[in-house]
Amino acid sequence: MISVRHVWKVFGSNPTQIIGSPDANLSRSELRAKTGNTIAVRDVSFDVAPGEVFVVMGLSGSGKSTLVRCMTRLIEPTQGEIFFQEEDILKVDEKRLRELRKTRFSMVFQHFGLLPHRKVIDNIAYSLEINGVSKVERHDRANQVIELVGLQGYGHAYPEKLSGGMQQRVGLARALAVDPQVLFLDEPFSALDPLIRRDMQAEVIRLHHQLGKTMVFITHDLAEAVKLGDRIAIMRDGAIVQIGTPEELVAAPADDYVANFVQDFPKSQVLTLRWIARKPDENEDLSGPILPPTVTVHNSMRQIVESALPIRVMEDGHLLGVVTTKDMLSVVSGSEL
Amino acid sequence: MSATVLAKPKPVQKANVVQKYKMELYLSALSAGFVFFAILLRGIATLPLDTSSLTSFQSWLNSVSDWIGNNQNSNPFFTFFINVIRDSIDAFVTGIQDLISQSIGNNASPLIGWLGIVVLLSFVAYTVANVRIAILVFLGLVSLGLLGFWQESMDTLALTLAAVVLALIIGIPLGICAGLFPRFEKVITPFLDFAQVMPTFVYLTPVTLFFLIGPASATIVTMVYAIPPALRITSVALHEVPWSSVEAAVSMGSTRIQALRKVQLPQAKRTIVVGINQTIMAALSMVTIAALIDAPGLGKVVVTALESLDIGKSFQAGLGIVILAVLLDRTTTAAASKVDTENSHLVSHKRHRQILLFGGIATLVALLISRIYSWAGNFPGTGLIGSDIARYADDIVNWIQLHFVSVTNAITNGVSYGLINPIQNLLTNSPWFVTGLAFVLLALILGGKKLAIISTLCVLGIVGTGLWSDTMTTLASVLVAATATVAIGIIFGVWIGRSKRADQIMRPMLDAGQVLPAFVYLVPFLGLFGATRFTAIMAAIVYAAPASIKLMADGIAGVPASITEAGIAAGSNKWQMIVKVQLPSARRALALSTNQGIIYVLAMVVVGGLVGAGGLGYLVVAGFTQLNLTGKGLAAGLAIVLLGILLDRITQAAAARSMLERTK
Repeated sequence: MISVRHVWKVFGSNPTQIIGSPDANLSRSELRAKTGNTIAVRDVSFDVAPGEVFVVMGLSGSGKSTLVRCMTRLIEPTQGEIFFQEEDILKVDEKRLRELRKTRFSMVFQHFGLLPHRKVIDNIAYSLEINGVSKVERHDRANQVIELVGLQGYGHAYPEKLSGGMQQRVGLARALAVDPQVLFLDEPFSALDPLIRRDMQAEVIRLHHQLGKTMVFITHDLAEAVKLGDRIAIMRDGAIVQIGTPEELVAAPADDYVANFVQDFPKSQVLTLRWIARKPDENEDLSGPILPPTVTVHNSMRQIVESALPIRVMEDGHLLGVVTTKDMLSVVSGSEL
Repeated sequence: MSATVLAKPKPVQKANVVQKYKMELYLSALSAGFVFFAILLRGIATLPLDTSSLTSFQSWLNSVSDWIGNNQNSNPFFTFFINVIRDSIDAFVTGIQDLISQSIGNNASPLIGWLGIVVLLSFVAYTVANVRIAILVFLGLVSLGLLGFWQESMDTLALTLAAVVLALIIGIPLGICAGLFPRFEKVITPFLDFAQVMPTFVYLTPVTLFFLIGPASATIVTMVYAIPPALRITSVALHEVPWSSVEAAVSMGSTRIQALRKVQLPQAKRTIVVGINQTIMAALSMVTIAALIDAPGLGKVVVTALESLDIGKSFQAGLGIVILAVLLDRTTTAAASKVDTENSHLVSHKRHRQILLFGGIATLVALLISRIYSWAGNFPGTGLIGSDIARYADDIVNWIQLHFVSVTNAITNGVSYGLINPIQNLLTNSPWFVTGLAFVLLALILGGKKLAIISTLCVLGIVGTGLWSDTMTTLASVLVAATATVAIGIIFGVWIGRSKRADQIMRPMLDAGQVLPAFVYLVPFLGLFGATRFTAIMAAIVYAAPASIKLMADGIAGVPASITEAGIAAGSNKWQMIVKVQLPSARRALALSTNQGIIYVLAMVVVGGLVGAGGLGYLVVAGFTQLNLTGKGLAAGLAIVLLGILLDRITQAAAARSMLERTK
């Protein structure tokens, strides 16, 4: 659905000259000292499939917010191509870009970006309003979305009267109002309390199941990334270090940076039996219970412990390997992998 | 601060101490050197000039003025440009005057009589503010009539209104541009700074030169003064809108115009209304000063009364200005805070709509009545209360003069002989090159080479106007008044900055003090101290003090709690807290309040030329009235501007330096 190809964003006085020059390989601080330019996004490429939740994760300053803004051209990328359904959105004119923003893309912001002088319902109806939709019609639609995100009864309140979590529900509703094809969420829950954040994550998962929208989700929180993401891209200093499913990242970190990142994460929650199944020993009993390779270690713990015999991990009638209590414990304690 | 740190003394720190006191060393050496040479070489090259004699530069200005006068109706620059502007503004102003103040045709009253105006404006006050303000407006307007100044008040109002409308038409769009385009803002900022630093007095003559004496000139000078606040605050208002909401709007596909109209302007509305308040107050203040170039209204009454030393009458008219100022200020301030509450759906109740309907009908009826009946057209009576007030004011002043003449004289003489005269003598008797060099060196020490060059140009420029000696007279008054202002600013600023209660009591008074037009301040002091330099200085102090106090108080109150807490935790007593913790931390505020104090004082000392303060202000006034002194008046205006730039730049450099030292 979206293809990002070799996108660069360089801030500074002569951004295009940096790309392709030897300077581009310098570290950020060296480059700034030498030329005064800052590379925010460095040669980033990835694809997002329809209906996928694609998470971009990184620490603050890693360029993830710049990247997501480049994808809708809130920030103009310095170089690269971004295809949305075969159309390079970096080449379209202003009018077409607004068209796309009005009907295809929506964005949810970390600090909500609500309009304080408008009621909740008029915040949600804003993009319909600038689309020229009549008042009755847009309020109709807004009320539907209000219901969808659980804001019933708050339509005529002003945003400042709502809690942070409620405000972000307005942000979500506003993004959904135009029935977009892609939702960009820029650290939408970072400003919320942990409990509220958990609710909102559940809300996003629910909405994703219900509506099946493609999402590009920015976060600095690994737990959040793992919880929501079909795939995760990890960014560092403007470049993508690794892209993969949560279990790929946890099981096979591409470098020390990623390894460091995932180190403290409870692996058993992400890793499936596929990753820990090993070849059976010569004389191991192969008559234990059967489990598919797609179930996580966490969810199979009970069966593994309760079975006296090694668990057989089978896929399409093939034996992929076996798992014993000992194997499982080494994963849980983090001593292996 | 570093000197008192308890760390082990290292050689590096010692160097820092020397470095730290280098500035003080330079400054003391400079002042000692200046006084030494000024006294040693006194009487040499002081460049005095009689009031009636002209330098060639001033005669040249006279001929320029004559040339403009002769070509006003033939040169295409005038006939197709200047005169067109003049005529349209004239028409606009007279239109408003016909509506509310001047009798037209055979009618003895303007288009709308007093009753109509009172009801209409009260109704307007109700719709933009609230009932309380509406009652205030009603009572205020009626009391203007009872003062005996109905028509004068309406003239002032008409001029203010015209200037405000035009200032907003120009100022708000430019302010929006400045808010949206940083590059544009960068370009216009110096012009705004200049317009606000320049004493209002000085651009009266140049404007009349081109636009002749009359409503157009009065409106234009008022606009020059009123546009900067409108423009600045609009730009600030747009900057204040959170970027996140603008970004959200753009992400939803808004065009630039839609984002401006639906997102930025609605959120900026409140601050823009505050800007309108500032614009109105600036305009009112300037409209009264424009009386000097024959603008009609209350200001003219004050000027005429001041010139004939009629204290009672000037007090009476001054009171009228104060009432008008309070009405305009309260109404617009309440309107600004109402913009806030509009968000919480308090308005558009059914009852509210009924009142609006009723008020609208009542207004129409009142308008009609004021057209038909003459008692509702012209304000009845001849201001009996007004003349009473004038008489009382006269009586009080006479009584004070009778019983305290020795006291007021002692004060006047004491300050004059003990303080002003020595300073003035030092400055006027010092050779111009000694004083000028002192300024340049001061600029060099405080601001570096660039400032030294600017200062050199200013000094040479002042010499070039041929009015060096008069400039020194004015400078002496400015220095005395500014020193007093800064002292008052520190004392009250520390008090208010340290105490919430003091703040609550004093701030409304300070706000009120800043709202009043400069003119009004002359009146009471004129009554007490007569037409002297001292009166001008006192008025200048009172005029400048509120700004100085507020800046200082904000600086003291703005010292971070972590610093004051550390001071208290270390066991400082109150005095130590003030002297060792709060004042040093608020050094920038001190420098800024000095800067503002000097700018305000200069503006007022110049106005003091009206009441015999002498110096440049007197020459400007003389330039208005005596044709052969027009050139000299213009030159005096130029000298004031140069002096203003000199003082402003040097004090700003001092402010910037205090900031720099703190970050070291």
